[in-house]
Amino acid sequence: MNAAAVSGKTGSRAGLALAAPGKAGDRVFRLLTWLMAMVVLVLLALVGWTLCKGSALSLSKFGWHFFVHSNWDPVNGDYGAFWFIYCTFVSSCLALLIALPLSLGTAVYLTELAPGWVRQPAMSMIEMLAAIPSVVLGVWGIFVLVPWLREGPYPLLVKHFGFLPVLRGPTTGFCILSAAIIIAIMILPIITSIAREVFRAVPDSQREAAFALGATRWEVTRLAVLRYSVRGLFGAAMLGLGRALGETMAVTMVIGNSDKISTFLLAPGNTLASKMAAEYGETPLGLHLSALFELGLMLLLVTVATNILARLLIGAMGARQPTGTGAP
Amino acid sequence: MNHWYHRWRKLKSSGVSGLCLLCALAVMTPLALVFFHLLKAGASSLDLAFLTQLPTPPAEPGGGMANAIVGSATLLGLAGLVGIPVGVLGGIYLSEFGARRRNWAVRFAADILNGTPSIVWGIVVYALVVGYSAYAAGLALGFMMIPLIIRATEEMMALVPNSYREAAFALGIPHWRIVLNIVLKTAGKGIITGILLAAARVTGETAPLLFTAFGNDLWNRNLSQPIEALPLKIFNYALSPYDDRHRQAWAGALVLIIFVLALNIGVRVMTRGRAPRLAR
Amino acid sequence: MTKGIQLPALKSAPSAPAAIPPAAPAPAGGSAATFDVRQLNVWFGSHQVLRGVSLEIRPKAVTAIIGPSGCGKSTFLRVLNRMHDLVPGARVEGRITLFGEDLYARDVDATLVRRRVGMVFQKSNPFPTMSVAENVTVGLRLNGMREKGLIQERMERSLRMAALWEEVKDRLNANALSLSGGQQQRLCIARALAIEPEVLLMDEPASALDPLATAKIEELILQLKQDYTIVIVTHNMQQAARISGQTAFFYLGELVEFDQTIRIFTHPRQKQTEDYVTGRFG
Repeated sequence: MNAAAVSGKTGSRAGLALAAPGKAGDRVFRLLTWLMAMVVLVLLALVGWTLCKGSALSLSKFGWHFFVHSNWDPVNGDYGAFWFIYCTFVSSCLALLIALPLSLGTAVYLTELAPGWVRQPAMSMIEMLAAIPSVVLGVWGIFVLVPWLREGPYPLLVKHFGFLPVLRGPTTGFCILSAAIIIAIMILPIITSIAREVFRAVPDSQREAAFALGATRWEVTRLAVLRYSVRGLFGAAMLGLGRALGETMAVTMVIGNSDKISTFLLAPGNTLASKMAAEYGETPLGLHLSALFELGLMLLLVTVATNILARLLIGAMGARQPTGTGAP
Repeated sequence: MNHWYHRWRKLKSSGVSGLCLLCALAVMTPLALVFFHLLKAGASSLDLAFLTQLPTPPAEPGGGMANAIVGSATLLGLAGLVGIPVGVLGGIYLSEFGARRRNWAVRFAADILNGTPSIVWGIVVYALVVGYSAYAAGLALGFMMIPLIIRATEEMMALVPNSYREAAFALGIPHWRIVLNIVLKTAGKGIITGILLAAARVTGETAPLLFTAFGNDLWNRNLSQPIEALPLKIFNYALSPYDDRHRQAWAGALVLIIFVLALNIGVRVMTRGRAPRLAR
Repeated sequence: MTKGIQLPALKSAPSAPAAIPPAAPAPAGGSAATFDVRQLNVWFGSHQVLRGVSLEIRPKAVTAIIGPSGCGKSTFLRVLNRMHDLVPGARVEGRITLFGEDLYARDVDATLVRRRVGMVFQKSNPFPTMSVAENVTVGLRLNGMREKGLIQERMERSLRMAALWEEVKDRLNANALSLSGGQQQRLCIARALAIEPEVLLMDEPASALDPLATAKIEELILQLKQDYTIVIVTHNMQQAARISGQTAFFYLGELVEFDQTIRIFTHPRQKQTEDYVTGRFG
């Protein structure tokens, strides 16, 4: 086929009637997208600034006292967050204590031990757990978990371990321990997911070398995989902790909403988040509102700190983060 | 002795394997239990009346969560108005333009925002916007969507091979048209799934609504008034002293989880596992 | 690759949907060069990739660029349509003119340059979300052409020029990726031709194709050279010998020899050239 005949060109180019590009389009578009990206930075600043400004009154009024003193009295205008800090800390740590071994075991199972066809479906199922909204888990917590705990495990616990000062009964079941359990359920997926990524990042050559030495499956895992992954696993735990600290709805529904100090795990309490949620329906003003903001500020700072720490630990491993979609 | 020791090692290994299997089962049990109970307690209450009627006065049994369902849809729409344009365009910026350091700051901020407890979003918007309203709630949820969508969009755009950009440049097409008509179009499906996942996540949120939407037992016709939403209603009903309300809370929870999981599973099926990472 | 793009300042755009000013009519087989390259140096960061390259590309002819891997042939090709503008850290120095106009002058819009100088890549890259027809016409549509009739006409014309029309005319709306590898590459050629460039740069266009498809591409190039200036980078010396009139041999970033193809392959002047074409290295 003769290209010249087809193209109809005889030498010089005819005009093409195409629009001249113009830099305006590029500039406008780039500016627009830049603005939108900057919104994220603005948003972060906004959150920080709003919380700081909001808690200014309370900070100036109570200062250090706020953290070591425990009270929540809108009538007399006296607020102290120690109990909430304590409950947050205890419930989250307990939750981590429960969830971490289970998650690690699961992650080991899914990466090292499970038959191939099981792995992806099982992981998907676990990620479904992450997608369950907190309030739904809370409903299940109130009507299924807590009654069961109250009838079965808790009395057993009190009977056998009641000599320990923290495990005295009786209990309605709506208590710090129940909150810890439900938080544990909520953070299982994320720890499992990250632990799995961390394990997968270990090159197969390491495992092969261990196998070649005649190690059993467990020894291979211990020598080749776990030792390599310690840092990343710390990061997974940190992320789990961060998530645990921010858990709100399910905790609010099972923790019993009490501001009374107690050393019993089976006593009701309030975490920072659940206390804030418990203010629903009140219309706090003035100092009351400021104290609320201070709770929020503390919550934000502590979750940000754990997240940054987690990121540093995991980033060092180069492991990826999962498609977590849970609602706290 | 070697023989026995070897036996012991093997036993230990099997033992640990068994433990790990137990762990895996333990992790999956709550999911199964939650579903089981949801279906058992909620399915029977999930009738047409529930889906179409308004709530009755507190002590009266009956009624439904129609306004809550519509409210959730309304809030999702409002949130999307805020979250989708900002998130997608911002994600485009991170992927296609921008300097390394500035991008790192934006990504870092997005990750921090993603890790912010949702109740904090609630009180922040409470401070910024006067009064309880659908707008406030939509804004809070929209703010939550922004960092989720921006990361998903960036990831999906970055996956588009550079060869397409090169080919488009070689045709003398202006950069912005390349980004919009070629790169964005190629990444489109992935970005949409990112948006859907963010929508699913945000629909299940209750905490931000406590201080913004407040709740409403009637149809919300005015977006500057308090509005009801499904998670909020579930929360209210679960904590109420009435059995009939509890029954409805289960039904509402079932509706909510069906919606959320349907979106999640749908997305997974659509992308066959290559869904964008939203956040940790 | 597209991060931190600093596209250079615009030549003030003409107001109406501008016709690209027609090139000075190139005398048939005449001596006016399409490209005149003088003392070209290219750096990527602090690493110099091309050194003191000078040559002239003749119009309506095929010029082949050969040399071992890493000698800078692709880099040289991409200088000709300012693709290095898109690479942060790339620096181009020297005087390069296209039909007498300085290609790298401050007020020249690279986008306009690329409409006159088209490029076909080593691995065919038709846009995956578009049909065959959409791929061919994308350069026209995204550059503002509206008249459907004209677009349709150009599309058919380009596909015929790329020797693809007969094979795809019944499936213009099929997704571009449903074509075979060789067809996809010809599609990319049609796509490049649709915007009516004056020059066609080809970066190892057939290296990913089987011999049959390669032969088709070579046949196509021989047809196209009647109307276009073609510069082709190839690692296949026989290909260079078959289709080009002039050949440039690059080695380690320098232009070692540039002469008529016949000369290069039968009586090369430089020892390095001789070593390469006789297969002693590369």
